[in-house]
Amino acid sequence: MSTTLFRTIQPNHFTLLTTALLRTRRTSRHISVRCQTSTTTQQSSSQQQQPRTSAPKNHGSNKLDEILKDYEAVIGIETHVQLSTSTKAFCSCPNSYGSHPNTSICPVCMGLPGALPVLSSKVVDFGVRLGLALNCSLSLKSKFDRKQYFYPDLPKGYQISQFDVPIASGGYVDVDIPLEFGGGHRRFGITRVHMEEDAGKLLHSDAGDYSQVDLNRAGVPLLEIVSEPDIRSGVEAAEYGSEMQRIVRYLGVSNGNMQEGSLRCDVNISIRPIGQAEFGTKVEIKNLNAFSAMSRAIDYEITRQALLYNQGQADQIVTETRLWDEGAQKTVTMRKKEGLADYRYFPEPDLPEVILTQEYVDSIRASLPELPEAKRRRYEAMGLGIQDVLFLANDVSVAEYFDEVIGKGADVKSAANWLMSDIAAYLKNEELSISDVKLTPQELAELIAAIKDETISGKIGKQILFELLAKGGTVQGMIKEKDLVQITDPVEIEKMIMKVISESPKQLEQYRSGKTKLQGFFTGQVMKMSKGKANPALLNKILLEKLNAKD
Amino acid sequence: MLSTLQPPRSLTLLPFRRFHGSKTIASLASSSPTLDASSVSPPQSQILTTRRSLLSGETTASEIAKSYLSRIRLTEPQLKCFLHVSENVLKEAQEIDQRISRGEEVGPLAGVVIGVKDNICTEGMPSTAASRILEHYRPPFDATAVKKIKEMGGIVVGKTNMDEFGMGSTTEASAFQVTANPWDLTRVPGGSSGGSAAAVAANQCMVSLGSDTGGSVRQPASFCGVVGLKPTYGRVSRFGLMAYASSLDVIGCFGSTVADAGMLLHAVSGYDRFDSTSSKQDVPEFESQFLSMDSFESKPLKGVRVGLIRETLEEGVDSGVRSATQEAASHLEALGCLVTEVSLPSFSLGLPAYYVIASSESSSNLSRYDGVRYGNQVMADELNKLYDCSRGQGFGGEVKMRILMGTYALSAGYYDAYYKRAQQVRTLIRKDFKAALDHNDILISPAAPSAAYKIGEKKDDPLAMYAGDIMTVNVNLAGLPAIVLPCGLVEGGPSGLPVGLQMIGAAFDEETLLKVGHIFEQTLNGSGFVPPTLPNVA
Repeated sequence: MSTTLFRTIQPNHFTLLTTALLRTRRTSRHISVRCQTSTTTQQSSSQQQQPRTSAPKNHGSNKLDEILKDYEAVIGIETHVQLSTSTKAFCSCPNSYGSHPNTSICPVCMGLPGALPVLSSKVVDFGVRLGLALNCSLSLKSKFDRKQYFYPDLPKGYQISQFDVPIASGGYVDVDIPLEFGGGHRRFGITRVHMEEDAGKLLHSDAGDYSQVDLNRAGVPLLEIVSEPDIRSGVEAAEYGSEMQRIVRYLGVSNGNMQEGSLRCDVNISIRPIGQAEFGTKVEIKNLNAFSAMSRAIDYEITRQALLYNQGQADQIVTETRLWDEGAQKTVTMRKKEGLADYRYFPEPDLPEVILTQEYVDSIRASLPELPEAKRRRYEAMGLGIQDVLFLANDVSVAEYFDEVIGKGADVKSAANWLMSDIAAYLKNEELSISDVKLTPQELAELIAAIKDETISGKIGKQILFELLAKGGTVQGMIKEKDLVQITDPVEIEKMIMKVISESPKQLEQYRSGKTKLQGFFTGQVMKMSKGKANPALLNKILLEKLNAKD
Repeated sequence: MLSTLQPPRSLTLLPFRRFHGSKTIASLASSSPTLDASSVSPPQSQILTTRRSLLSGETTASEIAKSYLSRIRLTEPQLKCFLHVSENVLKEAQEIDQRISRGEEVGPLAGVVIGVKDNICTEGMPSTAASRILEHYRPPFDATAVKKIKEMGGIVVGKTNMDEFGMGSTTEASAFQVTANPWDLTRVPGGSSGGSAAAVAANQCMVSLGSDTGGSVRQPASFCGVVGLKPTYGRVSRFGLMAYASSLDVIGCFGSTVADAGMLLHAVSGYDRFDSTSSKQDVPEFESQFLSMDSFESKPLKGVRVGLIRETLEEGVDSGVRSATQEAASHLEALGCLVTEVSLPSFSLGLPAYYVIASSESSSNLSRYDGVRYGNQVMADELNKLYDCSRGQGFGGEVKMRILMGTYALSAGYYDAYYKRAQQVRTLIRKDFKAALDHNDILISPAAPSAAYKIGEKKDDPLAMYAGDIMTVNVNLAGLPAIVLPCGLVEGGPSGLPVGLQMIGAAFDEETLLKVGHIFEQTLNGSGFVPPTLPNVA
């Protein structure tokens, strides 16, 4: 649940240069956002952020605010999504994460002499799915190219990728910025989506005196998604990344797991004085293995670059790749790029062109699930608040669960509440996901209905909820088995009330002499007697009548 | 033993007409080819002969294998066709004999002794592409073509020498040895499949596999006086063929007869799911084309339209070769063909385009030889040095030159001027061929501008060597099938040097080439091109 994670980001202090100017997450947004919707973002989010920020407001920070507000960040993101196909892209080796090194390899993915790639149709399938989900236009005729460079984890000396004719291009993605970061809706352009293969992994010895090559990952299919440089802040970038993760999970094309490297984001970032049309010098940031890290890395980088600009040292911003150092909470130079790398792309002669028919594209379009953005808008239209909407749509299995529950006729708001409060808490405590619980959507709908029609009380409902979550079973069965039907017969309730009153003369006297707080005592006693089954509203109504009766 | 296998072959030179220098000599084929006029019987398919004699019990696979092994032992010191001779030949032959004696079925290539070019993977047998960088490398799998051969009972006798990674036209660029031409040991056998061609010419094996990227089957076939068949691109799976230029490479076949080359092609052809560029086109049964001479009509090729490519007989082509080609055209005419001259305006553009494309693709294809996973690794304390030394010491000069050329041609800023432009030329060439083949069933040309030249003659003049590919590269650029078969001799060596005729067909129409080629071969007076220089083992 990336967004949940993301929403609990603890802003860090950014120690920069030797002048050690401290700044907060809030101030960075000041400079990085210009468009109208986002301006509101800054203000409201700064209010929200303040309590969380432990950075002292010192002179430096104020001064930094002043500096930052003159600049605008321009950010583009390259996302690599590892596809959850059963085989690798160009051979039939199993695509399995975490196998023993070099056990998922064959002549093709090892790049042995004479071996040839054969494209798995599943990769094209997933490419088309993602392309359509990102509102791209598809190339009915695309091709593969070779991207050439030497590295020990690249067995053939080239990566099979798509260069000038990607399978999909020219799309966009819509995101909702979470309320605590100011809320609002943003649309980011998608430049292209293309298919390619992953490289292997180098395992370095502890002493650093040798390295080993693990080719299990070599040839695993990837989709690379390149965004337009539309992103302006760390928060936007993180939300863009989260949305990519949601989309690939909704589509079932990837598990989107950042820790395993199934979803990797590289950030390209430059800043420019507000009003300037040309882009500044671009820096690439890698090693971002959480969206929170991405957000912090970007904000750090914006500040670093702004300070250099401000100190007249803009020439020190050079084209380079920087790594995010999670421990130090800063970006550090990994390698400087001397000129543009020349990958000597040329069309892959071992693979024919990828030809898609319109019927094929249409059939995939027809099979697409409802996507996060559509879900959010639908939930919103159903009257749910944005907080609820974002929560429910965040995780595809939660959303599907929720849809099933309301599909069974359950009250929307109640269903959302149950999922967001008690069930979410249970999942968190037990470290489970919604698909692990025994409670079926059908039974949650039954539970909500039973409470609504007053068959059982809300309190009882909560009790049996946890049992249903852990053990399964049906609401009706449990109600019968445990005799939990709510007592709504006024005569029966009255009987119990009269019994309690008659057994508590002292309390009755105190109550009648003005100690009306004792009503709670009587309620409790009756509830106890009814084993919690008495309808609370009815109970209180009759109880008050009786207590206040002047007999 | 061999004489029983090959009745038409003798080691004395048969009375061919020779084409002297620039003089035009009388026709090789008599102006009216009479089918019974020849005193020498036409060459017979060794595959069919083997099949017949094995099944009739006339001989055994073991006997055949032994005789070939002894022939190799005898001739190899002079010729150096093989980089490796299999240790399993006799064992495999015995298995075939056992099957036959048990009355079990054997494959159509049972007992056929086959040489395989060293850039075609053979499981457990060294496969080095004649490169130091793959010295001692043994692949864990068979190339699809080899797998098919083995499934049909063929015996892989060994791995034949070649120019390193197929880059060369003389087999001098092998990292290990220089192969001699059986017609004249001081001459090159051609290349890059020089070992495969010379081995068939010298009867070290019955047939062999080669590979043809720009003429590497056809030119050595011409130099060695054997039949070389380059199929349509996609006809034979490239899986297991070490890539030189992927968009041009094809596995091709050598035989001493058209029928042998055709039957070997049939065995290795067909769609392969491990090669996405292999074609799903049906492979016709070629064997029915190889009728015996007595069944020929008087004009067996009546109505076949033959286009003689004008540009291939222009300046730069030896006059002897020109004469031989013209005589071959006359012979085809006498067989009933309708021969006309055709022009391929883009003809001369092919050579430079070919060298740009082939070098570009090879610079990429050879990147995998980095010393990291297999092949020769030169230990170094730093990664770039490991690459540097492993590749620097592993590759020969010609390979390095082509990698450099290809790397340059693909570099940013040069791509459009070289690679892209070459691809445009390629489209043009395809179009010209298509137009010519719309009006002709086959096109003919010499296979090479000259007969075999001396070892070392062009070694230091790469451009002269590249120019020798002018007859063949266009066919690869267009992906078309072509066959080269001996059509005459020119002066040179102790007893003349063979000259090959190239026939080019429409895509996937190997059938017509084999039909025309077979009839041409069978009706050629005094046919049977047997090199004179080898010890007689018969």
